[in-house]
Amino acid sequence: MPADYLPILIMLVVAALFALVALIVPYYMGPRNPSTSKSDTYESGKLPFGTARRQVPIHYYMVAMLFMMFDIEVIFFYPWAVIFRQLKIFGLIEMGVFVAILLVGYVYIWKKGALEWD
Amino acid sequence: MTAIEIPALNFAALLPLFIVVGTGLLVVVLDLFIADKKSLGWLSLFGVILAAIVGNMQQGGAGFDPAFQNVSLLDGYANFFNIIFLSTAALSILVALGYLGRVGLHRGEYYALLLFATSGMMAMGMATDLMVVFIGLETMSIALYVMSALNRHSRPSGEAGIKYFLMGSFASAFLLYGMALTYGATGSTNFSDIGSVLTAGTVAPMAMLGLGLLLVGFAFKVAAVPFQWWTPDVYHGAPTAVTTFMSVGAKAAGFATLMRLLMVSFPAFAVDWQLAIAVLAVLTMTLGNVAALAQKDVKRMLAYSSIAHAGYILVGVAAATTEGIKSVLFYLLIYAFMNIGAFAVVGVLEQKEAIGTKLTEYAGLARKNPWLAMVMALFLFSLTGFPPLAGFWGKLYIFRAAVNADLTWLAVVAVINSGVAAFYYLSVIVQMYMKPAADDAPEILPSTPATRIALAVAGLAVVLIGILPASLVDMVAKGVFG
Repeated sequence: MPADYLPILIMLVVAALFALVALIVPYYMGPRNPSTSKSDTYESGKLPFGTARRQVPIHYYMVAMLFMMFDIEVIFFYPWAVIFRQLKIFGLIEMGVFVAILLVGYVYIWKKGALEWD
Repeated sequence: MTAIEIPALNFAALLPLFIVVGTGLLVVVLDLFIADKKSLGWLSLFGVILAAIVGNMQQGGAGFDPAFQNVSLLDGYANFFNIIFLSTAALSILVALGYLGRVGLHRGEYYALLLFATSGMMAMGMATDLMVVFIGLETMSIALYVMSALNRHSRPSGEAGIKYFLMGSFASAFLLYGMALTYGATGSTNFSDIGSVLTAGTVAPMAMLGLGLLLVGFAFKVAAVPFQWWTPDVYHGAPTAVTTFMSVGAKAAGFATLMRLLMVSFPAFAVDWQLAIAVLAVLTMTLGNVAALAQKDVKRMLAYSSIAHAGYILVGVAAATTEGIKSVLFYLLIYAFMNIGAFAVVGVLEQKEAIGTKLTEYAGLARKNPWLAMVMALFLFSLTGFPPLAGFWGKLYIFRAAVNADLTWLAVVAVINSGVAAFYYLSVIVQMYMKPAADDAPEILPSTPATRIALAVAGLAVVLIGILPASLVDMVAKGVFG
């Protein structure tokens, strides 16, 4: 029923309003003393250097891809862990098969040297 | 805390699939420790043959029961397609054993990916639920994307990989959207549940839209016009051993799911999709054949020819009768043998840096290597549809199914197309038998025993089915779903 989605619509409107208010109010009420270090690029507290348009080692791509794969594995673990006791031995075996298949991939990337930086 | 009831899953029905996946995993691990990649090929071949034997022994037994809560079914239809996929895999492995070594590409990953792709195809053939269709499709496709780019140092191969990946992902998105709309309209992802909802109720526009998007997705996967643009570049750029495999396997898997989906889930819209498929068939046949006429490269020509063959097969799908299903099954098995055979010969003549695939480089082959020229002529005649070779019966059954389904106009278009196709198939034969070889023609390297086995098996199948089509007709009759 479309009426069931009304709370979500209200939530959306409230969120949009909140964001707008948070932007508009400081614009008129807050003091402004700009300085070089304040308007610098925010880099998690580190001093920024150079531009973002530079060559990046291709290894990052590999690391990111492997991270994705094993990250997804953990996501599968969570719901399984929640109902682990109810699934009994069947769930354990199923997860064993799942992990074994991933382990083959892990052994493969390890031996192929995908985990080495150089 | 309520106890969770584990439903009956019926692992036995998926045994052939498990064998293929298990062999694939074994190949991945052994590849790391074994330097002799040929032995991995033979191991893969063993796994494939074992899966085929087990699948056939299960027929008529408990394997018929729907497995995993009615999401997959190893019925005669699925088993017939398994035979197609496993024969394709086995012959491709034999072709690869010779080809990969010659072009310096012998890597264990080829066999592992081939087995994973085969398992995806088998899942598609067995699927009776949209979710399983998608999982099978992606398993197959992702493995094929990587296989296309197997030759990392060749630009065309890299281009083939990235092009196939982008186009394939695009097609998968269409397919998923179609599935989502179908689910939204019917409340189920199960083939027969969708069918009963649509047959009982009024025609829902959303389900119709879902069907349309599903058709677009599958048309991409089987390379039907106007969704065929990726095909020539991918088939031409990929290593020939990979093209051999995907030009048959991926197409057959697409048709396996498409036919079951259309006949089981969408009989209520039969009038609409019959027309859509018929139009696709006409466009696909015509464009594939006309474009193939202009090709100067045999590998690329065969890529266009495979588009044209998808068109003929669509004629059988458009018939939407039991006879139509039978004719498609019949055609796909024959197509597997003759197309793999033709690509295998291309692989034998091809050398490093893609030398030896041009039409002019086939000149004088009959004198240099009479056996090779003879089997190539055999496959090309069969692809053309000359009696008494297998390809003739394949076309005959498809056209008859179309005529009996009141689609005589479609059959006429298909017959005209077969005539057009004869020109480019025969031009290769003319080159091989009537033109002298150029002085600077590359030396033909001797083919390996494995490749010779593949050529002999494919050649014998084309001739034997041609002489005794009745044996295959009986087999096909068992492959129709109820």
